[in-house]
Amino acid sequence: MSELIIKNGFVFDPLQGIKGDRMDIAVKDGKIVETSALSSPKTIDATGMTVMAGGVDIHSHVVGPKVNVGRLFRPEDKLFKSPHKSPTCNRMEMGFSVPSTFKTGYDYARMGYVFVNEAAMPPLHSPHVHEEIRDTPIIDNAAMPVFGNNWFTLEYLKNNEIENNAAYTAWLLRATRGFGLKVVNPGGSEAWGWGLNCANIHDPVPYFDITPAEIVKGLIETNEFLGLPHSVHLHCNNLGNPGNYVDTLESLKLAEGYAPKNDFGREQVLHLTHLQFHSYGGDSWGNFESRTKDVMDYVNAHDNITVDMGQVTLDETTTMTADGPFEHHLCSLNHLKWANVDVELETAAGVVPYIYSPKVKVCTIQWAVGLEIGLYAKDPMRTFITTDHPNAGPFTRYPQVITWLMSRAARDETMKTFKWLERTIDATSIDSIDRELGLYEIAQMTRAGPAKALGISNTYGGLAPGMDADIAVYALNPEDMPSDPAMIEKAFSRCAWLIKDGVVTVRDGEVVEEPAKRTVWVDVKVPENAQVQRDIYEHFLRHYSVKLDNYSLFEEHLHNPRVIEVDTTQ
Amino acid sequence: MKTVTLTLTNPSELFIEGQNITPDNFAGRKAAEIAALDVWEGKQKSPLGKYFTVEGDGGATAEETKIVLRGDCTRVKRIGQQMTAGEIVIEGNADMYIGGWMKGGKIHVKGNVDSFCGIGMEGGELIVDGNAAHHLGSSPRGEWRGMQGGVIRVAGNAGNDTATFINGGTIVIGGDADIHISTHGEGGTVIVKGNAKGRVGGQMVKGDIYVYGTIENPLPGFSMVDEVEQEVDGETARFAHYIGDLGERHPTSKGKTVYANLYTKL
Repeated sequence: MSELIIKNGFVFDPLQGIKGDRMDIAVKDGKIVETSALSSPKTIDATGMTVMAGGVDIHSHVVGPKVNVGRLFRPEDKLFKSPHKSPTCNRMEMGFSVPSTFKTGYDYARMGYVFVNEAAMPPLHSPHVHEEIRDTPIIDNAAMPVFGNNWFTLEYLKNNEIENNAAYTAWLLRATRGFGLKVVNPGGSEAWGWGLNCANIHDPVPYFDITPAEIVKGLIETNEFLGLPHSVHLHCNNLGNPGNYVDTLESLKLAEGYAPKNDFGREQVLHLTHLQFHSYGGDSWGNFESRTKDVMDYVNAHDNITVDMGQVTLDETTTMTADGPFEHHLCSLNHLKWANVDVELETAAGVVPYIYSPKVKVCTIQWAVGLEIGLYAKDPMRTFITTDHPNAGPFTRYPQVITWLMSRAARDETMKTFKWLERTIDATSIDSIDRELGLYEIAQMTRAGPAKALGISNTYGGLAPGMDADIAVYALNPEDMPSDPAMIEKAFSRCAWLIKDGVVTVRDGEVVEEPAKRTVWVDVKVPENAQVQRDIYEHFLRHYSVKLDNYSLFEEHLHNPRVIEVDTTQ
Repeated sequence: MKTVTLTLTNPSELFIEGQNITPDNFAGRKAAEIAALDVWEGKQKSPLGKYFTVEGDGGATAEETKIVLRGDCTRVKRIGQQMTAGEIVIEGNADMYIGGWMKGGKIHVKGNVDSFCGIGMEGGELIVDGNAAHHLGSSPRGEWRGMQGGVIRVAGNAGNDTATFINGGTIVIGGDADIHISTHGEGGTVIVKGNAKGRVGGQMVKGDIYVYGTIENPLPGFSMVDEVEQEVDGETARFAHYIGDLGERHPTSKGKTVYANLYTKL
């Protein structure tokens, strides 16, 4: 069978603690093996280059109905921005901030990524999510169903029925072939169905009379009761508003006293996503300021929390979230087009285009807040690089985000373009930070850390024998790093080589092969629970617009599954 | 200025996508090189010379290049798309997207044009002696930043959806206009010297519309405030002045609310 050896590269594998040692990585039949296991391998010469595991994205909106709404209602996102066809790829590519499925897969591969976790799957629309997963080439996908505004969840948690909620959660993960528990604006998106929102974590949800704090705590308990690979993945309340760092700290404190319980090497009980949108001080757009320091001090001091950045990239992009009330609020700020949807008993969503301009003070402060998160991080294994694609910027800007984190000169260069530079410096601490991250820390923040937090670090995010042979080689010499930061960005934009499942997928930045992609999902065995069975039957009879038999994903929608099994009956 | 003359001698069966026919692309090229430029007929790419005979070389720059199109170009699209300078004269009719996204220079069409001409225009001049179909000077599909600048003059009639999302620039229609003028407009001026059918200025935030004739179905969102004398396109006349669209949001400037203005000739 196929054998490969990647010779002589500088290897960065935080999961094994390898910090740029010159090593050979051996591949046999799609897995990483000891070099001694090879007989006649094909050689890839990585001399003078950086070798890392394939990238793992913990939070990105790439498939599903709201992404598709973004594609449909932003034809201008494609106009004059779409290459018709790359010479080496099978399919046309189009779109900038909301790329087509094909462009999504190809562009992630070109950057050396192999795993992308879809950040929000409306359970009712899981067939659409899985159809788009099938159509997104190369990268392995998982998708997290949203729970934070689900009627079943709200009712069980209101009555403190963790065991019943766990049985329902296991059923829904199976019904949607989902990966983990996503929570978006807990309670707030349900309140949006009443034209309201939950202003803070103690503001009760209309009718259900449960607070966001109770929802989050209940879901953490549920998650650890089941022992899922990933933790609760939270987009907390009051996103995007001045002064919201208070709500963020309160949300983070909900994890206090909980310890992880799982067999997957995960050490956190709460992942707080796109922290940039939640670290604001001030009480108006006039005195809007960064409170990243306060938030990151808390994160640094608490081991049971992980976060990702949600870095603003200063592009014209498309915001899309299950936080329905926020998108309405955003539309009233920028007066651009707005799409809104309510998903029955489960969630809501909105989509609004947004221009993060270097000429607008709030946008440049947001840019600084995001980078401060990465630069204040004491443990890069718990702080991950994302742009909350496409909300703060498209994922294709990861190389630029990496460059900003690695180079003070790159940050200064960007800051020169700011119209309100002085005010941005006054409102943030970005100008006082000289820290420059190294390649090991970047490897922690883009592959090892996210893989560990997702509970998949036995397969993805590292280069130990036995793991998937997903290997990215970048044309960067750690012993002779380029003085021009643009060269770092270039190297991370188009990797020299990407090996996916042992197959040479990208060479010199061009996709040359499209190996089979997978759908990763979590199958939880729970004891039979007659009450939950009956509740599900009753709700579908009375409240859903579809019948129970038509709700669960049909097998034919599921593409090339990789099941992670969890058994709670033992 | 150097002139390149394209004569359509071998008309296409399908429509030709002629976005390469611009002074910008012809500048610095000899006739033979121009004939080798790509055009698309359906999904097939062919050299320009398959359909047109090319006479004359391009100038050194776009500014010094004039293109004259002869023959029946009714099935040629996108002439002058994204041009920044120079001149194009189309002796007869042309199809859609003529002068789309143009930034500068001048296009003169002596016949009629089809839809989407001058869409997303940022500058320059587009003159049509005949009629224009729909979406004249409009915004591209989905785009909220429509016409930014420049001038479009159509001697005849225009179809529907003229100047959607207009932000700047001027459109003068010598004849009548069909429904929807300056929908969602946030600036710019549209002058209709004939009659307008209806839905004039729907959801308009800012900008001006002049209608010399009648509006068959005026919108209820516009309210008459006074009568004014104004100079429009070189002539002075009295107009009834309406503000609107009152159902839409409106910005304030120096403490006063800014409305879109609709003037009808008295």
